[in-house]
Amino acid sequence: MDTMAAPLPSPTVEPVVVEDVSPDVPWQAIVWNDPVNLMSYVTYVLQKLFGYPEAKATALMMDVHLKGKAAVSAGDKDKIEADVAKLHAAGLWATMQKSS
Amino acid sequence: MNGWKKAGRGAKVRLVASFDEQEAVVLRGLIGEVRQMLAGRTADNPADELAALTGIRTGPSTRPDDRVLARLLPDFTTEDADLAAGLRSLHEPALIEAKEAAADLVLDTLPVTGGRVELAPEQGDVWLAALNDVRLALGTALDVSEDMPEQLPADDPRASHLGVYHWLTYVQDGLVQARMKV
Repeated sequence: MDTMAAPLPSPTVEPVVVEDVSPDVPWQAIVWNDPVNLMSYVTYVLQKLFGYPEAKATALMMDVHLKGKAAVSAGDKDKIEADVAKLHAAGLWATMQKSS
Repeated sequence: MNGWKKAGRGAKVRLVASFDEQEAVVLRGLIGEVRQMLAGRTADNPADELAALTGIRTGPSTRPDDRVLARLLPDFTTEDADLAAGLRSLHEPALIEAKEAAADLVLDTLPVTGGRVELAPEQGDVWLAALNDVRLALGTALDVSEDMPEQLPADDPRASHLGVYHWLTYVQDGLVQARMKV
């Protein structure tokens, strides 16, 4: 029996590794500057929706105000979609985009 | 209307203001108009049989033509038109419902003939959203910009409306300040 050739092992199938070009690229919720929304209100909304301390919420609001926009949260697509929906309910001008 | 004050403490803390009759009429009228615009958007897109069967309501996939409605119901993304259309369809009905519910809370808590308004903190948040919607609607219709003067020339047809807009700003900002202290 020893001389019998063992069955050839099945050829090893190399697993096809799909190289996801953006495996964990998070999405971002962007808040845009808007002539109507009050600085105080935008700061309050960022504190309330995301639990940010007042200093962080104020810094983000100032970025929106002075630079025209700010990324206010990041995460997977579902989370950011939900964040943007909440920002819209509060009346902020928000969109989502993939992090660059 | 002479600003918002905090009353009570702990679980009984309230945000309190009083509105005179004319102020109540103006605010209730604007809230009602925004609510009607939103209801019109829903009426333009009646629920279909599939929605009736599944209970899953989808909205329109295209942005409103009206610029006030377009500001109240923004696109989810500017980068991908298909994604924006899909997300609008998915989320718009709930967004409209939330805005209508906020409008209703203001109408329920602001007496028709004016008077005292007492809000629990969570009700204050809902009022803030409703006031913001009214300011967005009026601000968009008036083309408000950041360098807009405090007053427009008397012959500008927007002059009197701008006064209402500034009053709404005062009401909302006061409520934000009071709410942040609770």
